[in-house]
Amino acid sequence: MSRVRHTSAVRQRLVALGLVGLPLLTFPLVSLPGGEIGGVPGLFWYLFGIWGGLIGLAAWVAERRGG
Amino acid sequence: MISGWFVMLLAIGYLGLLFAVARFGDARADAGKSIITANVYALSLAVYCTSWTFYGSVGRATSGGLSFLTIYIGPTLMLLFGTVIAKMIRISKAQRITSIADFIASRYGKSQLLAGLVTVIAVIGVVPYIALQLKAVSASFDIVFGNPVDASEPWWADSTLAIAAVMAVFTILFGTRHLDATERHEGMVAAVAFESVVKLIAFLAVGLFVTYGVFGGLSDLFRKAAASPELARLFTVDASRSGSWLALIVLSALAILFLPRQFQITVVENVDESHLRRAVWLFPLYLLVINIFVFPLALGGLLHFNGGGMDADTFVLTLPMAEGAAGLALFAFIGGLSAATGMVIVETIALSTMVCNDLVMPWLLRSRWVNPSARKDLSGLLLSIRRGAITVILLLGYAYFRAAGEAYALVGIGLISFSAVAQFAPAMFGGMYWKQGNHAGAVAGLLGGFGVWLFTLLLPSFAKSGWIGKGFVEDGLFGVDTLKAQALFGLTGMDEISHCLFWSLLVNAGLYVAVSLLTKPGAVEVTQAERFVDVFRRPGDGGASARLWRGSASATDLVALLERFLGPARAQQQLAAYARTRRLDDWKRLPADADFVQFAETELSGAIGSASARVMVGSVVQEEELGLEEVLDILDEASQVRAYSRELEAKSKELEAATAELRAANDRLLELDRMKDDFVSTVTHELRTPLTSIRALSEMLYDDPRIDLNERKRFIGIIVTEAERLTRLINQILDMAKLESGRAEWTNGAVDIVAVVRESMDSVGQLFREKGVELATCLPESGPIVLADRDRLTQVMINLLSNAVKFVPAKAGRVTVAMVTAAGEVRVEVADNGPGLAADECEVIFEKFRQGGNTMTDKPQGTGLGLPISRQIVEYFGGRLWVESEPGQGARFLFTVPLPAEQDNNQDGDN
Repeated sequence: MSRVRHTSAVRQRLVALGLVGLPLLTFPLVSLPGGEIGGVPGLFWYLFGIWGGLIGLAAWVAERRGG
Repeated sequence: MISGWFVMLLAIGYLGLLFAVARFGDARADAGKSIITANVYALSLAVYCTSWTFYGSVGRATSGGLSFLTIYIGPTLMLLFGTVIAKMIRISKAQRITSIADFIASRYGKSQLLAGLVTVIAVIGVVPYIALQLKAVSASFDIVFGNPVDASEPWWADSTLAIAAVMAVFTILFGTRHLDATERHEGMVAAVAFESVVKLIAFLAVGLFVTYGVFGGLSDLFRKAAASPELARLFTVDASRSGSWLALIVLSALAILFLPRQFQITVVENVDESHLRRAVWLFPLYLLVINIFVFPLALGGLLHFNGGGMDADTFVLTLPMAEGAAGLALFAFIGGLSAATGMVIVETIALSTMVCNDLVMPWLLRSRWVNPSARKDLSGLLLSIRRGAITVILLLGYAYFRAAGEAYALVGIGLISFSAVAQFAPAMFGGMYWKQGNHAGAVAGLLGGFGVWLFTLLLPSFAKSGWIGKGFVEDGLFGVDTLKAQALFGLTGMDEISHCLFWSLLVNAGLYVAVSLLTKPGAVEVTQAERFVDVFRRPGDGGASARLWRGSASATDLVALLERFLGPARAQQQLAAYARTRRLDDWKRLPADADFVQFAETELSGAIGSASARVMVGSVVQEEELGLEEVLDILDEASQVRAYSRELEAKSKELEAATAELRAANDRLLELDRMKDDFVSTVTHELRTPLTSIRALSEMLYDDPRIDLNERKRFIGIIVTEAERLTRLINQILDMAKLESGRAEWTNGAVDIVAVVRESMDSVGQLFREKGVELATCLPESGPIVLADRDRLTQVMINLLSNAVKFVPAKAGRVTVAMVTAAGEVRVEVADNGPGLAADECEVIFEKFRQGGNTMTDKPQGTGLGLPISRQIVEYFGGRLWVESEPGQGARFLFTVPLPAEQDNNQDGDN
């Protein structure tokens, strides 16, 4: 029973991540980053940063034990 | 530059390696040691990255900047909604579903019509996509050969055809080992995962080479590109593209679920549901990594060739070649070949299962050739059909590639193909989460959506290629202006993909919902809807599945049917396994009941699809049609039974908890009763001792008037002492009762604890002096202020001191009083050099009427209530009272009183 509940908690956390990710990776937010950091365009940093962040959080949520 | 033969050998050699990997995977699976781990599963999902990713992304980046990333962000987000995928997997395992067509058909009443429709849409949408892979392979051959292939070259000398033939052989060998399509193809999955690694490394190698070898790193590359306004334009995304940005994310999110190859790998080939947990992040990570260098490569190519007419789709190969890195170019070529092969193999298996089960089987079952009454083993025939389908699909793909050439209808097929499979979304999501969705609705939705897709996307792409007239695109259908194919009802300002996605999904979902609500479902549909939507609530279905089938069947007929389609060996193996679940030794004794019919149908579904399985089982059993009302009644009843059993479970849990509470309360009451009895008898005993001595002495005085005066004085002295003791005892009992019942009166205030200790020492000083006991102190000048009742605190202190003086030896006795302030509390210690206490005595002395020393032989020295009362008082202030002692080492009585909160902070600060 508790395993089922744990699985469902993990799934809900992942869904929440997805719901956060969608507005972060679509318009209007993606039109904001401009300029450059270290020669690399801001948008490049922004897209890969947010995307990588989401993946990192998903890995943390999915792989941690007991949570 | 590179010998054609060498390239060809390399390609064939690489494919040979794939065969070896697949062979190894299958061998391990046969030995029961599966190599499909969570990581392999996640990597195999990367079959999503085809040669369209490998070569085409760079091309897209040269025109659309970073917007190509949407194709990979969509799947990332969809994977986070993994709960949908988990449901798809669970349903498919329970129903033995083998393809997306089977999934939809099974949900909507095992309908052959729907299965066929979905298959047709998938074939039309996906075969050109296979052609695109072959084209990419062919184009990469041209580049590494260094000379464009002569168009007049005969088809049999075409290296692409050779590659396609090898792919067909691979697919046939590793994709159709078993007839039962729900059997996993572990070798193939292993090979696909291996290919995913190869294409990733190859792409990264080219990316690193161009970025750091040809240019001076990322910032150098971007700075050089920024110098050209033409390229700097690609660095930002234009807000006017916001619609298509979102549309592409939605589209690719749907594609990752519904592309036949993704369904095959994600759902059908899934070994263990828990693997999904790894895939949720590892697959997106793969997508991220393979995309890091796409944009730099695009910019590098544009800068390097200076817009020199080089096809941007080939930068991955042409850049290394132009820089003279032939080895790297060959590696990239192998990477591209990997991407194409993986996709073609999995896609072909998925499509061939669909074509065999959902197009060929229904036709075969109607023909007289496989008349159900004939008892012929058909499993071999089925395998041949599937192998034939693989060959035909690959040939179709090849033919389309040869016929289309550079036409737009081929080059732009990636997203067109995605849009086709997106049409499955309403029927799939509705099927999993909405019980009212029905067969008529699904057919209407699919037909509508597919029609709109044909009209707004596929046919215009044909028109663009010049294969058909452009009239319906430019002037509208029949010349009606509002029916322009890519500006339907005057909707403009969107790109063609967003336009198609909007209209097709609107029509599709609209029809699906509307028709579902307006029509009545059939009995089988309602049953299946229940099984799909509530899949996580099963298997406790209240016995409904057994009652949902009524009729008569013969076990012999069912067994014969299974043997015909699965082959005798496999059929008997499955039957034996099933018999074991029903606790029967011999499957020949299985009763031909509803459950057995259900088992036979599910087994057949795995081999020939649910729709055909239903038809075949129907042909050998006499099923009594259940009316819709009856089915609904049974399902209602089942769900009520489920609800009742849940309620019952909750009730019984409540009851158990209540019983446990009652039992605990009862135990406590019994304990209290026993304690009360003990107390009364002890008190009586304690009261009797002084009373007895008073009475005895008084009687002696009364009876004998001749006792002399001195003796008389002594007796009366004893009587007075005993009476005092009696009074003290009664006072303490009263005090104890008050404390225990909580009716004691407390006057709490700020108390200087050092002053209290000194006062108590003064008041008992006489006792010490009389016995010649030394009273030493180790006290600060003024101690901390605590919140307490001054008199009660004094009572505790006096009790401890008078206890100490009682037990130390006269003359040599020594009692030390000390005080420490630490950790938010003040601790007072009274240590003596008396006989000390044994370990078990250390707790006992705090019980009522228990005293130190041997009470049987020694005259009692106190009432036995001082320490229990003191402990009650200290605990009331929030502190503790305990003793530390060893026999012969003296005893240390300690008690603590917590400091007020603000005092606490100051103390911490001081420390």
